[in-house]
Amino acid sequence: MSAVITATGLSKRYKNSLALDNVSFQIPAGRIVGLIGPNGAGKTTALKAILGLTDFSGQLSVLGLDPRKQRDKLMEQVCFIADVAVLPRWLRVSEAVDFVANVHPRFDRAKCEAFLARTKLTPGMRVRQMSKGMIVQLHLALVMAIDARLLILDEPTLGLDILYRKQFYQNLLEDYFDENKTIIVTTHQVEEVEHILTDLMFIRDGKIVLDADMDAIGERFIEVMVNGDRAEAARAMKPLDERQVFGKSIFLFDGVERSTLEAMGEVRRPSVSDLFVATMKGTYA
Amino acid sequence: MKTFYWLVKREFWEHRGGFFRAPIITACIMLVINLMILIAAEVMANHHGEGINFNGNNFDQMLSNAMNGHLEQVGTGLDIVMYSSTLLIGTVLGFVVFFYCLGALYDDRRDRSILFWKSLPVSNTSTVLSKVFSATVIAPAICFVVGIICGIAMLFMYAIALSLHGINVWGLLKLAHPFSVALNMLGSIPLYLLWSLPAVGWLMMCSAWSRSKPFLWAVLLPLGAVLILGWFSAMGFKIFSGQTLVYLPFRILGSVFPGGWLIPGGNKVLITARIHDNPADPLNIFNIQHAIFALTSADIWIGAAVGAAMISAAIWLRRWRDDS
Repeated sequence: MSAVITATGLSKRYKNSLALDNVSFQIPAGRIVGLIGPNGAGKTTALKAILGLTDFSGQLSVLGLDPRKQRDKLMEQVCFIADVAVLPRWLRVSEAVDFVANVHPRFDRAKCEAFLARTKLTPGMRVRQMSKGMIVQLHLALVMAIDARLLILDEPTLGLDILYRKQFYQNLLEDYFDENKTIIVTTHQVEEVEHILTDLMFIRDGKIVLDADMDAIGERFIEVMVNGDRAEAARAMKPLDERQVFGKSIFLFDGVERSTLEAMGEVRRPSVSDLFVATMKGTYA
Repeated sequence: MKTFYWLVKREFWEHRGGFFRAPIITACIMLVINLMILIAAEVMANHHGEGINFNGNNFDQMLSNAMNGHLEQVGTGLDIVMYSSTLLIGTVLGFVVFFYCLGALYDDRRDRSILFWKSLPVSNTSTVLSKVFSATVIAPAICFVVGIICGIAMLFMYAIALSLHGINVWGLLKLAHPFSVALNMLGSIPLYLLWSLPAVGWLMMCSAWSRSKPFLWAVLLPLGAVLILGWFSAMGFKIFSGQTLVYLPFRILGSVFPGGWLIPGGNKVLITARIHDNPADPLNIFNIQHAIFALTSADIWIGAAVGAAMISAAIWLRRWRDDS
């Protein structure tokens, strides 16, 4: 079994809303999956189900374990960064390293200290004295030193400036990720992650509306820039989305033959954010 | 075991102020106040001559007892000096443990750091038990050790002050019973564990359960229950006796204070036990035999069982409470 996560018929109901609606998906090993969706779409609920932090109905297997029943065992293999500022404010850098080193069997202290040496963090520093960016650096140093098979990032760079954000993903790619590891990341800053993702999942109102790898997305979704005179013909082909730039129209097509579109105008691969906006049209309406 | 050790250490890091600094600061305040009283007593005595009663001060009584040759009573007085320091530090301990338990499973949910702790391979059972252990063993152990050290310091202070009146210091110290006092206090640690369990369990259950304001829930629920039961009794439907009605909230909230097992009416066995003891020595009540007597009462064991049940509930809530 190469799948890291297998979900079948996953549902979760809160008091008056359905956060996950009969969701099924599979995530193989060695992927970086972007779980993207508008606020309240069910991203965090899905992650919490995977981490065994919430109850749900349906079937879910993470690394072959049931997160509801075998959570303690699962957490040896899974790491997560929930979002910024979840490290307790009283904690010192040295205490954090000591603690994780002694309770986590897969923690590599030397590796963690090497990461910390590249930052401005000092052992005696408390979390309450750190900026948001530094807190994330500490958290990332702790997490990257753990040899886990699955890393879950829920809005890891929320509220960070662009330097910290870039560095965060760069560290992940260069020093952490390999073919034995799987990363699931949710974020609203789609532009910053799209070039590192191997797979994309769009979630809306508790349902997965798109689940494909990036190559397949490049083949399936095509953006074409069409001159004004041919716009009507393009519209007739039922594009997902249309917008105007400098008197020209840009159409986004789903599953239309590439050669057909090339005949109409300049063809290019849509950005994930354009794809996202087109897919989620009318979410808040 | 190693994980448990580090979990307890983690609690100590977070609550250094309450567990460690609070008893030490209290001890220092005790020492300073007693020093001031001794100096004041000396100065008053010099100004007004002997025989001025300084508000029934222990020191004056001890001095007059010593002058009149009632050496037994001097020893008792010195023992009282030793116990008194632990009494105050123990009261501080009660408050520290009370608020520690209320926050133990609530504060990290409020600041969402629970997501960090839960990202580590540590079971909820060990997490909660490490907190129970910190509240019922670590905190009282520090408190009693600081109490004993402070007590010995006070003992020397009083002995030296008395020696200024021509009484031999070592003779005085021989009158006191510092070792048995220390032993009695150390013996109270296991008793405290059992005695405090219902309160610790209740407070931790509220801490794991409430979405906000655990203090109000923890205090108002038992008081409200007593109010309603009392109202029923007043109308003639007696479920519990009046004494029990007062006793229940005392146990469920007040058991974090050490020495509750000594309060007459708090523990019926002790009242009978006291009759057999030498009534001349009021300090007998602190003796280790009383700890053993308390252990034979059903009260302490029922309380401990109820406490353990509530701690299990807290563990379950910690696992499944989903609001972060």
